[in-house]
Amino acid sequence: MIETDALQVDRWRELRERIDAAPAADRVELLTERANWTRRSVVRMIDAARAGHIGGDFSVTDILTVLFNSVLRIDPSRPEWQDRDRFILSKGHCAAALYSTLAWSGYFSPDALSTFMAPMSELNGHPNRRKVPGVETNTGPLGHGLPVGVGAALAARLAGGPERVYVVLGDGEMQEGSNWEALMSAAHYELDNLFITIDRNRLQQGARTEDTNGLDPLPERLAAFGWEVREIDGHDYLALIEAYRPSESGRPVAVVANTIKGKGVSFIEDRVEWHHKVPTEEQVELALKELA
Amino acid sequence: MSREMYDNRTAFADELIALAETDDRIVAVCNDSVGSSNLTGFRDRFPDRLINVGIAEQNMVGVGAGLADRGLIPFVCAAGPFLTGRSLEQIKADVAYSGHNVILCGMSPGMAYGELGPTHHSVEDLSWLRALPDIDIVVPADREQTRRAVRDAVDHPRPTYIRVGRHKVPDVTTESTPWERGKMQMLRDGGDVTLIGTGTLVSRALEAAERLGDEGVHARVLNASWIAPFDEDAVVRAACETRGVVVAEEANVAGGLGAAVASVIAQLPRNRVPVRILGLREFAPTGSTDFLLEHFGLTGEGYANAAREVLADA
Repeated sequence: MIETDALQVDRWRELRERIDAAPAADRVELLTERANWTRRSVVRMIDAARAGHIGGDFSVTDILTVLFNSVLRIDPSRPEWQDRDRFILSKGHCAAALYSTLAWSGYFSPDALSTFMAPMSELNGHPNRRKVPGVETNTGPLGHGLPVGVGAALAARLAGGPERVYVVLGDGEMQEGSNWEALMSAAHYELDNLFITIDRNRLQQGARTEDTNGLDPLPERLAAFGWEVREIDGHDYLALIEAYRPSESGRPVAVVANTIKGKGVSFIEDRVEWHHKVPTEEQVELALKELA
Repeated sequence: MSREMYDNRTAFADELIALAETDDRIVAVCNDSVGSSNLTGFRDRFPDRLINVGIAEQNMVGVGAGLADRGLIPFVCAAGPFLTGRSLEQIKADVAYSGHNVILCGMSPGMAYGELGPTHHSVEDLSWLRALPDIDIVVPADREQTRRAVRDAVDHPRPTYIRVGRHKVPDVTTESTPWERGKMQMLRDGGDVTLIGTGTLVSRALEAAERLGDEGVHARVLNASWIAPFDEDAVVRAACETRGVVVAEEANVAGGLGAAVASVIAQLPRNRVPVRILGLREFAPTGSTDFLLEHFGLTGEGYANAAREVLADA
């Protein structure tokens, strides 16, 4: 298990206080800065590892940035704190974006990011809770995060805990039957402490979701399953923050975040081949320039 | 041998309720199997702590992992075939690999569902779960061991699969029988041949030992209560101290207890002994549990015949 970085936690705390206190325009600027920082880390990690899932990393980065810097009740210096909000990245293949977010929050030193997927590194291609603080459950095979999130939300209710549970899913992952089992279950138990965010970038590994096994109309389907649905632009920080307001119906909340796969780098955006393509040396330079 | 026979699910439920009275970390999760998992009493006593997710086994195991994440001790109960088969990837990723302390309870395992046929038989569970690191596989042989398995899971929660038998078996152990994680118990010592059994087969191994004793053959009987961690030492001792080993299991022989035993013996530099493995090699035909156990030679007589064969080979 890698260790907490106390200094980085202090920096994270300071930034978070600034974000909380800032007027809307400044808040957006601070979050944009932090998100681009994360994306640049992801580019360097994938460049060094010569592997990764850059398209999905970039579509989910703004969601992760908002959650960790403005929404989650967490203390990265105490990753085992009983009452912490639980965060689960069900689309575990976007581990680089998660690791980068966790490291810049102080769960571990950002220096460790350079070991992404290196032999014996704690930072496997998919996150491992036994090695990386801040990871609640091991994901990678799709359709696993939400059932675990349902259990965590039930546990909070049973234990009288104040925590909320946040699960981030890929949209392609909504083709897994286990997610629909869990959606039914969460609605049945009226888990208003459970928030899912679907990274709706409309691309999966091989093609567009709608050309593969169509999900539309996704918000309506989620509503029909008994969820309170909030459809937003997943790159709009203020809309994201607003989307995580408490449940208004006593039912679990599904945030359908419309995103662009590869968001932030022009030649990666919305192109199916960038699901797990690795940028060339020249493309790395170009990407870092666009994310500066 | 005329002895009282018991359904281990009763001991399981009684112990679980007794422990839950004083330990509110204990919760039960099931898949519309309140009755068949014998959880009616638990539900009546602790309605809030019985989570019935309906017929949705993948979600059921994931929910168990999420409950364990907060330090609760979930007993996830479902008929063995659906628990292990339908949600094998959840058991791998959410429980074993994640290290979530979920207690998976495979109810009515083996061929307990007799005439309902192979879709409802859980004879692959031992092989499937043996392929996973970091999960205990416990097969209690009787009521006492079922109670102990439940107590252990609460005292030392770790990723665990427990086979909770439905087919009635006699008591073969007492409170004074040793019970240690990863250890077989020697229920009877003997120097000629070793009979290894698990679950339903243990009383049948003892019955065979009686028969062989009448013929002047001294059989050692080992109860493999743990399939994982596996007691390699007991197998090595059997191979060194007796002249043959017979293993029987109410399971497929591909990758189960017999395979574990054979793998240890095959890798010994010397002292190799002949081994016979009794179990299933095909989908079962139609028949009651007793009929099917007889059909596959999983009986005292089956053990005794195999013992005579290995001794002839030795």
